[in-house]
Amino acid sequence: MKRFAALFNAIDQSTKTTVKVSALADYFAEAPDMDRMWTIALFSGRRPKRAVTTTKLREWAAEEARIPPWLFEESYPIVGDLAETIALVLPPNETSSDESLSHWINALRALASVEEEDRKAAVLQAWAQLGGTERFVFNKLITGGFRMGVSQKLMTRALSRATGKSEAELAHRLMGNWHPDDTTWDALIEAEDASADASRPYPFYLAYALEDGPDALGAPQDWRAEWKWDGIRGQLILRDGQHFVWSRGEELMTDRFPELARAVDFLPPGTVLDGELLVWHPQTESPASFNALQRRIGRKTVPKKLLAEAPVVLHAYDLLEWEGADMRETPFAERRAVLERACADLPAEAPVRLSPQLDFDSWEDLAEVRSVARDENAEGLMLKRADSPYLVGRKKGDWWKWKLDPLTIDAVMIYAQAGHGRRANLFTDFTFAVWNGNDLVPFTKAYSGLTDAEFREITKWVRKNTLQRFGPVRQVTPHHVFEIAFEGIQASPRHKSGVALRFPRMSRWRRDKPLQEANTLDDLNDMLRIYG
Amino acid sequence: MSSSPSLTFTDHGIYCAAGDFYIDPWRPVERALITHGHADHARSGHQRYLATNAALPVMRHRLGEINAQGMPYGEVVSIGDAQVSFHPAGHVPGSAQIRVEVAGEIWVASGDYKTEDDGLSEPFEPQSCHHFITESTFGLPVFRWQPQAQIAREINDWWVACAAAGKTAFLGAYALGKAQRLLTMLHADIGPILTHGAVEATNKVLRAQGIDLPDTVHATAEIDPKAYPGALVLAPPSALGSAWARKFGAQENAFASGWMQLRGVRRRRAGDRGFVISDHADWQGLLDTIRETGAENIYVTHGYTDIFTRYLVENGWKAQVVPTEFEGETLDTEGKE
Repeated sequence: MKRFAALFNAIDQSTKTTVKVSALADYFAEAPDMDRMWTIALFSGRRPKRAVTTTKLREWAAEEARIPPWLFEESYPIVGDLAETIALVLPPNETSSDESLSHWINALRALASVEEEDRKAAVLQAWAQLGGTERFVFNKLITGGFRMGVSQKLMTRALSRATGKSEAELAHRLMGNWHPDDTTWDALIEAEDASADASRPYPFYLAYALEDGPDALGAPQDWRAEWKWDGIRGQLILRDGQHFVWSRGEELMTDRFPELARAVDFLPPGTVLDGELLVWHPQTESPASFNALQRRIGRKTVPKKLLAEAPVVLHAYDLLEWEGADMRETPFAERRAVLERACADLPAEAPVRLSPQLDFDSWEDLAEVRSVARDENAEGLMLKRADSPYLVGRKKGDWWKWKLDPLTIDAVMIYAQAGHGRRANLFTDFTFAVWNGNDLVPFTKAYSGLTDAEFREITKWVRKNTLQRFGPVRQVTPHHVFEIAFEGIQASPRHKSGVALRFPRMSRWRRDKPLQEANTLDDLNDMLRIYG
Repeated sequence: MSSSPSLTFTDHGIYCAAGDFYIDPWRPVERALITHGHADHARSGHQRYLATNAALPVMRHRLGEINAQGMPYGEVVSIGDAQVSFHPAGHVPGSAQIRVEVAGEIWVASGDYKTEDDGLSEPFEPQSCHHFITESTFGLPVFRWQPQAQIAREINDWWVACAAAGKTAFLGAYALGKAQRLLTMLHADIGPILTHGAVEATNKVLRAQGIDLPDTVHATAEIDPKAYPGALVLAPPSALGSAWARKFGAQENAFASGWMQLRGVRRRRAGDRGFVISDHADWQGLLDTIRETGAENIYVTHGYTDIFTRYLVENGWKAQVVPTEFEGETLDTEGKE
């Protein structure tokens, strides 16, 4: 664990990418195989199953620290991280340990199958042997959420430096369903043939937002346009008579969308499609709103009734593999042509549809098209350069999302809560309200959109203008008006206001706007009627 | 014992009616007793000041012409019906707890204090009393300081690594107290120690009153940074990353503060490194001190007052929160302590 803790410190102490990458590269070059496998796993979101509940952890930590549970709970929001709070309140470690990262991970995994008493003894023993960063890392292994300023992209770059293999190849090798238990460093990283696993997806190519319109992109004829759907990005893999559905977050979603199983009846093996999962009723012109899809998200098994009410199809917009061959180097226009042929004869009952391309001769034309995107239940447009390959990750230049301007409403801040991690000790999580007569009705929370300086300013203000505390939440004097931007609105009986927003954020601090001029519940209901 | 308390908490600050004086008042008063020279304790505009002899030079430097009188530690003076004495608080050089005795009732206003002997400030001496006014800047169990020697090792190791990488090491710390404490912890044989004007000005005052500090070079706008390879620069946090600092080329920035204990703050504010070192007592230091005073009545000010007070009450003290106009050294001002 010492080596991993040193790596953690090196990465955590620096804001510079170069420093982080070389610390990681050195680690990958030196660490034992099992440790580097687990390190890759952790940094790509494959943490060990949680063996202890956080409730128990808090209880045991307070007990060991000889402090009352309420004092632990008061300290937690100030520190902003559970694993760190535990590490800090515990008494200093009595002894130390030279065991490796994988040793501790395996020790943790073993806890799942023992009695709680033994579980507790094991955790206490670990706490007594681990100090400082090692103790923090150990707690993080239990609580999860291993965010330490290293994206998968940075890790891949470091691996590339340590192994001499290209980043794109490594990114592909690290995709999919592997686990440190089932594979080895050699098989995953070094072996010549990396295609052994039929389920292995390709890394997604991600678009940047087009902030200023398309004029700077050059000639319109070099570009292709599609609707930007408001669904779930997905990759459908058809190989060896099997099918697999992957999310952009590298989650295997095959079982959640059983209707896609029929794709093997309509498309040949050796096909991989990139597209959008949408709820789409066979007889309708456009997809259902995201709200309908939301009922399917998070359901691991789908009841028949829901399957009928909210049927999902894949809207295919790219072809990554065809007849078993990797197509990603082929220019987009050619990939598209093959995709169109492949989808040409699909019957209505096929769970795959071709996402249409939109005609335009000039950027003005396209702006017209974009203006009606909301009618199609789309979020805007996607622009793709006709001759571009399918790249790995978010790269500027070939793919752009040109989204619609968000909906906005002016609202009053009424509650504030401190953030976590980097934003601990700053008030960053706010609840907003609109007027209903003389009452303020809360309708949304928002966490993002302000600059660090603005968060600091509002934090000071909140401290001085707290009316009441409810645990970590502070009720503040209604005073500040913020413009809240959001992507969609739906009716929601669970909310007092009767509405729920999609992607709400603070788009502007309306210092110019008096409290009384914030929007009303009627305004929100009008929006619900038009856009809901 | 008098029927009304000897010290009361007013909108001007802590007031002693028996002696008609205030302790660390935040609005102008006739007579102010000052615990130490930090800006939230020593305000300008009072008619008369009383502080320790060791605190006066810095106060004069900061507040300009003031009508001030100095006292040695431990000497008792009568002010009206109050017996007043100053006792080391260990916070910064010259800092004091103020002990007030009226008709046998003893109050101690501790100002800011730390319990570890830093080798520079007059070491903290707990005072027996009936009523103890304590700060709680770091009054949470997550704050536990490591011994100064260990932090000194960490800072010097960092400096060595910076020098080896051809970088100037910028260490951000409050100009009065923390900066000088750090100076005494640095190994001068690693390289030259440069100072920002604000730090150097305080150094000059402290040296003039006989406090021994290592040699420093004032990093004025005119000096040639290339003439000081492997240097460490001590500067107030606000100067890090400024045009003045950028002149030094390749550099690493570190902060030295108790707040660096929290990873979130460290990542948000610390640049490259955060060293956990504070001139305030940590959780255990606060609790130990409160026990050692033997006081039954505890008044909690500055910091996590609500939480700390609740803990004290649960553990049998008569404790209450004392409102203050200044939040003191909260996370808003985390560089300054």
